[in-house]
Amino acid sequence: MTKSVLIEKISEKVGSLTRKQTEIVVETVFDSIKEALVKGEKIEVRGFGNFRLKNRRPRKARNPKTGDKVDVPGKRVLYFKVGKVLREALNSK
Amino acid sequence: MTKADLVDAIFEKVGLSKKEAQEIIEILFDTIKQTFIEGESVKISGFGTFNVRKKMSRRGRNPRTGEDIEITPRKVITFRVSNQLKSGVEKGHA
Repeated sequence: MTKSVLIEKISEKVGSLTRKQTEIVVETVFDSIKEALVKGEKIEVRGFGNFRLKNRRPRKARNPKTGDKVDVPGKRVLYFKVGKVLREALNSK
Repeated sequence: MTKADLVDAIFEKVGLSKKEAQEIIEILFDTIKQTFIEGESVKISGFGTFNVRKKMSRRGRNPRTGEDIEITPRKVITFRVSNQLKSGVEKGHA
């Protein structure tokens, strides 16, 4: 399912909004989540899951082709952990 | 950030009432969840892709008691962050 299909489905369920309005809402939701993550905030959506950031320390690695040492700078990476309600819903029956 | 903050964002930026904003956010996540339950992946461009993966049954061990157990087959959700968001998040590191 893509974002446009998602917008379509939500639009069908919410009678009071046009497709265009639904699209703006969905874009705003994901943009707000993205903004918060870039600022370093975590996101908790009850029943769905959490988005968390983890810090990776800088490290030295090697270019496997040439064997040269390379410095890999520290960075932040994003993790998603599925929520309990969703995990159980996926595995019921 | 929680669902309540998302409701506020919709309220401020889109101008829906808080009640409407709350309703649509519930519908949004419920729709995505339902898609997962049907075994389908969800791709949000500029954000990332959620995949549903089926795991087979396998032998495991209770690490506390050392007891052999069967890990039942199950479905798990994996999330792959889009390149755009990945680099946005990376740079945030001091």
